[in-house]
Amino acid sequence: MNAPAIAPALTAQDFKSDYKPVWCPGCGDYTVLASITRALAALQLRPEKVAVVSGIGCSSRIPAYTTCYGFHGVHGRALAAATGLKVARPDLTVLVAGGDGDGYSIGGNHFLHACRRNIDLTDIVMDNHVYGMTKGQPSPTTEPDWKSKLSPAGTGLREFHPLVIALAAGANFIARAFSGDPSGTAAVIGEAIRHPGFSFVEVLSPCVTFRPEQRAWKEAVHPASVAATDDPARAARRLMTDDGFNTGVLYKGTRPAYSAAAGKTTLHPADLEKDFAL
Amino acid sequence: MLKQIEGSRAVAEAVALSRPEVVCAYPISPQTHIVEALGEAVKSGALAPCEFINVESEFAAMSVAIGASAAGARAYTATASQGLLFMTEALFNASGLGLPIVMTVANRALGAPINIWNDHSDAMSQRDCGWIQLFAENNQEALDLHLQAFRLAEELSLPVMVCMDGFILTHAYERVDVPAQEQVDAYLPRFAPRQVLDPAEPVSIGAMVGPEAFMEVRYLAHAKQVQALELIPGWADEFRRAFGREAGGLMHTYRAEDAETIVVALGSVIGTIKDTVDELRAQGVGIGVVAITCFRPWPLAAVRAALVNARRVIVIEKTLAVGIGGIVSNNVRAALPGSGAAVYTVIAGLGGRAITKASLAKAFADAIAGRLEATTFLDLDRQVVERVLAREREVRRSGPIAEAVLKEIGPVAARPG
Repeated sequence: MNAPAIAPALTAQDFKSDYKPVWCPGCGDYTVLASITRALAALQLRPEKVAVVSGIGCSSRIPAYTTCYGFHGVHGRALAAATGLKVARPDLTVLVAGGDGDGYSIGGNHFLHACRRNIDLTDIVMDNHVYGMTKGQPSPTTEPDWKSKLSPAGTGLREFHPLVIALAAGANFIARAFSGDPSGTAAVIGEAIRHPGFSFVEVLSPCVTFRPEQRAWKEAVHPASVAATDDPARAARRLMTDDGFNTGVLYKGTRPAYSAAAGKTTLHPADLEKDFAL
Repeated sequence: MLKQIEGSRAVAEAVALSRPEVVCAYPISPQTHIVEALGEAVKSGALAPCEFINVESEFAAMSVAIGASAAGARAYTATASQGLLFMTEALFNASGLGLPIVMTVANRALGAPINIWNDHSDAMSQRDCGWIQLFAENNQEALDLHLQAFRLAEELSLPVMVCMDGFILTHAYERVDVPAQEQVDAYLPRFAPRQVLDPAEPVSIGAMVGPEAFMEVRYLAHAKQVQALELIPGWADEFRRAFGREAGGLMHTYRAEDAETIVVALGSVIGTIKDTVDELRAQGVGIGVVAITCFRPWPLAAVRAALVNARRVIVIEKTLAVGIGGIVSNNVRAALPGSGAAVYTVIAGLGGRAITKASLAKAFADAIAGRLEATTFLDLDRQVVERVLAREREVRRSGPIAEAVLKEIGPVAARPG
């Protein structure tokens, strides 16, 4: 191996690929991408030690915009694909990135079971309460009275509460961030990555094209007034009663993360490195 | 009434005129405009009574339609591509249960790699799932086939898939004749389901069937589709009498009567093929077209009758059965035992690649000259393929195939052509 013994520290820029995002101007996902790359740099990770897995949707384009390993899979199956990837390569930091459509409707079942399984993954859901890629239909987190072509009178359905669902299903870390606060979002994502087990980060990320009124979220968000609890019952009460704009780490559980049985993993980084030796 | 409207809206109008009682909606390009237009029709009261459900996935869309249809409601949904694949389990369920659901498939490629453009891979992947499959050549036919689809589905108690080319038809604005409600009501009677929830005869739908009866149930599904082959031409005649235009049927021919060379295809590419054939006819080439409308059930006898005197048959298909080549062409071959005709498979237009008259004319000329390979990939860039294969021979860890091809052709934006 010719690599230097101590690699130079990387910056957020080192985690950004040459691909220019195709998101709309003003999309919240730009700052989520910036927050992810800042968090990875702050944790002194390296791109080859990180995999970013996604499904389908605007926000699911994120893997290609990073220099990490990227996997852009089937709609709704990002968490399942990430589960396979993580058990095959437990040495990698695995991030799952997507939106409220991919995460809560078509992929909703995997969300429940990823929380329950508690594998060491970080699931970042950029929630804009709308299907943006298909041009503006209601998602599970859309307000019941929001009018669109597909639901001209609103859906009339109560919106999902993803954080409460995550808690009930067994997620070990639950946080909410706002894309308009890149420093806060980077800090939350960093803490989520460090916390063992399944970490769920809901990022309020406005869709300025189909939900322009979400520009007002910057006035609505406020940091949580109390520190994260490790008590599920207390967390449940807080999550059930918050206004949906309470940001920060809200729950840090103590469940041990799922661990692949020692010695069963077939792929060892050292073996892989041997193949690449010059 | 003549209207200049988008193909999706023409289909939505046809569906609304057919008075479905339950519509399941989940957005996926290039189908979304259809269910959006139906959502508006329900909200405005133009379509009533109708329950419009925003579902959480395509799997849910088909499953909700199954529940509604089993309860005796006229049910409709629409999808495309990955959405159709995601419903696969429910598709077999709907046809196995004999539920007359009508669904639009806005044909689109299947991933990986991700591609949103048109080809027929989605519908062709489900050709044996027990649904009747009709393919529209243009937007008027797309509208008309939906009216016929409800009739067909409900008479036979079988689900019907109406396929229309994604973007090429769904997003094209064309003049279409939208019939009046009274005309449609006269053509499409009130739904009289063969199975309903009947308190006088309570039954559990979908229960287990063992080896003693499973074969008979499956045979009856096949027999019903074969029965459709006899009924569909008559319904096309009836449609012509009611609406004054040709639509539907099993297939139609174009300048094929004395043709030594016949081109077979389905969907919107038939227009391009007809134009190409006109130009070749002007040069004295004896060439014609067989345009398939009904792909399942496969109109074996009608195809045989139309092709039996041809010396060569060129099948243009927008799908690839990996490992064998053609799908439509193999169905054509099944119709032509002993005819002596050469059957060529031409795979074209995958993932939205444009099918041009020039490329078609060259393929037809090559076939006539005996130069066309039995399985041909129209406008395939062989150099790129060879370079990728050469690299695979040299490098064990050659990486993801799609990324290797993209590297070879250099940086591109979305380039549908």
